[in-house]
Amino acid sequence: MCFYSVKELIEEAEKRAVAISTVAKEMEAENQEVSLAEIEQRMLKQWLVMKEAAKAGLKEPKKSMGGLIGGEGKLLEEYRLKNRTLAGHMINKAVSRALAVAEVNASMGKIVAAPTAGSCGILPGVLLTVQEELCLSDEKIADGLFTASAFGIIIAQKASISGAEGGCQAECGAAGAMAGAALVELAGGTPSQAGEACAFVLKNILGLVCDPVAGLVEVPCAKRNAMGAALALVAADMALAGIKSVIPVDEVIEAMGEVGCALPESLRETAKGGLAATATGRMLAKRFLFQGETS
Amino acid sequence: MRNFSCFDILGPVMVGPSSSHTAGAVRLGRLARAIAGGLPKEVKILLHGSFSQTYRGHGTDLALIGGLLGFETDDVRIRDSFEIAKQQGLIFQLVPTNLGEGFHPNSVKFLITTVDGEKLSITGASVGGGNVVITHINDDEIELKGDLPALITTHRDIPGVISQVCGILAGHNINIAFMRVFRKEKRKLAHMVVETDEKVEPDVLEEILKIETVENVRAIEPV
Ligand code: SF4
Repeated sequence: MCFYSVKELIEEAEKRAVAISTVAKEMEAENQEVSLAEIEQRMLKQWLVMKEAAKAGLKEPKKSMGGLIGGEGKLLEEYRLKNRTLAGHMINKAVSRALAVAEVNASMGKIVAAPTAGSCGILPGVLLTVQEELCLSDEKIADGLFTASAFGIIIAQKASISGAEGGCQAECGAAGAMAGAALVELAGGTPSQAGEACAFVLKNILGLVCDPVAGLVEVPCAKRNAMGAALALVAADMALAGIKSVIPVDEVIEAMGEVGCALPESLRETAKGGLAATATGRMLAKRFLFQGETS
Repeated sequence: MRNFSCFDILGPVMVGPSSSHTAGAVRLGRLARAIAGGLPKEVKILLHGSFSQTYRGHGTDLALIGGLLGFETDDVRIRDSFEIAKQQGLIFQLVPTNLGEGFHPNSVKFLITTVDGEKLSITGASVGGGNVVITHINDDEIELKGDLPALITTHRDIPGVISQVCGILAGHNINIAFMRVFRKEKRKLAHMVVETDEKVEPDVLEEILKIETVENVRAIEPV
C-alpha cells in the first residue's frame, strides 16, 4: 500500500473515519511486513531521541563545530520565562526547542533526521511543546510523527526533501509542513485540516533557497528551524479555525517541486549564493580552510 | 517512483551535523576498518574536494576516525574520537589534497598500515544522504556500498574462478545479491566484489582461499 497524493491519503482516512496516523502506520507495517506494535515501538524510539536532543540542547548548549552558533535556544527560553513575549508563550517555547535541537546537531550531538539533519529541530520543537501544553503521552506524539511522515513521503515523491535538489523549502519547508499536519491531528483536527496546514506552510516557504554559510549546517539553518516551527503552529491554528487553501495541497507540493528545479545550482547547498555569498558569509568561509590534523 | 518508508523520512538517528559529511564519513571509516581487518596501526587520510574544505565544521575528520574505531553513525563518542584513537594507539594524520579529476567532491583516501604491517590504500566517497561507495583498493577500481555483507577477492583473471567462488557460496546456501568483476588488464590480477544476503563465515573464506588462483579474499560486514 502507498499513497501518491495527499488527496488519496485524506480520502482513505475519512472513508474509514480514522486518523491519518492510523493509515500511515498500517501502511508501514504492511510494507515492512512486521506487526503494528513493532512499527509503533520503532517510532516511539525515534521520538525519545528527539525529545532527549531538545532537552539536552536547552540545558547544556554547546558551541557548534564551526563555532557560528550555540546557546540561542537557551537564550530564548530564558527570555520567554522572564518576559511577556510578543509572539506568545507557545510559539516561543516551540522555537527555543527547535533552535536547541538544531544546535545539538551542529555540535555533533545525537538527533533524528526529520526529514534531514539540517531541518531536524522543527518536529521535536513543536511536538515537545504540544506534548507539554496539551499533556499528551509519548505514544500519542509518536502517532503525530506517523502523520508527519505520511506527508513527508508524499512531498519526497512529488517534490524533494533535499536541499541540494530543491533548496531549503525542501528541508525546513517540508519539516514545517509535516509538523503543521501533525499538530492539527494532535489538536483534534480532521484529516483535511491537516492537509490545509501542510499547504499553508509550504506556500509560505516556497522558493526558500539553501545557502549555508561556509557550507556548514549552522547559518542560516538553525534560524530556519526556528521559523519553520513558528510557521507550523500558525498554519495549524489557521487550519483548525476552518481556513482553506485556495490552491489544493497537492498542487502546492507540485509547485514546490517545480520551484526547486528552477533554482540555480548556486542556491542549492553549494554555498555559492545567497547568504553564503554575502561579504560576511565569504569572510566566515575563509576561516574554515583546512589546516590538517595529526595525532 | 520510489516508495519511501516512514523511517526514511524520520530517520536515521545520527550524530550531526550532516548526513553526507558526518554520517557518510563514519561509514567510510567503518568500511576502511573492515577492509583493513580491524583498527589499523597507522593511517594517513587524504581529504578531497568539499571534504578538504569543510571537514572541520562538519566534524568529517572526527567522523572518519570514529568510523576507523568502529563507531556507529549515532555514537556520541564520535565527538571525542581523536582522544579515543590516541588512547588506542592509532597513529593518524589528516591532509587536504586534490585527488585529481574524476573523483566525487566528497572523496577520501585512506593510506593504511595494518597491525600486520600490510600497506593498503582505500578510496571512497560519500555520495549523499549517508550513502557511500568505496571506489578503489590499492588504486584498483572496485565498487562497494557497504549495505550488504560482501566479499572482495584478488584473483588471477583466468576462466573458471568466478564459477568456483559462486559454487562455494551456493554450497553454503549463501545467496548472491550483486556481483561485479574489475580488472585492469586481461589475464592479470582482478578483483571480484560479491554482495550477499547472508553473512560469509570464516570457514567459507578459507574454502575460497584454497582456490589456487585466488590470492586474497576479504569479508566485509555491512556498515
Ligand atoms: S539552508 Fe540548506 S543546509 Fe541549511 S537547513 Fe536549509 S536546506 Fe539544510
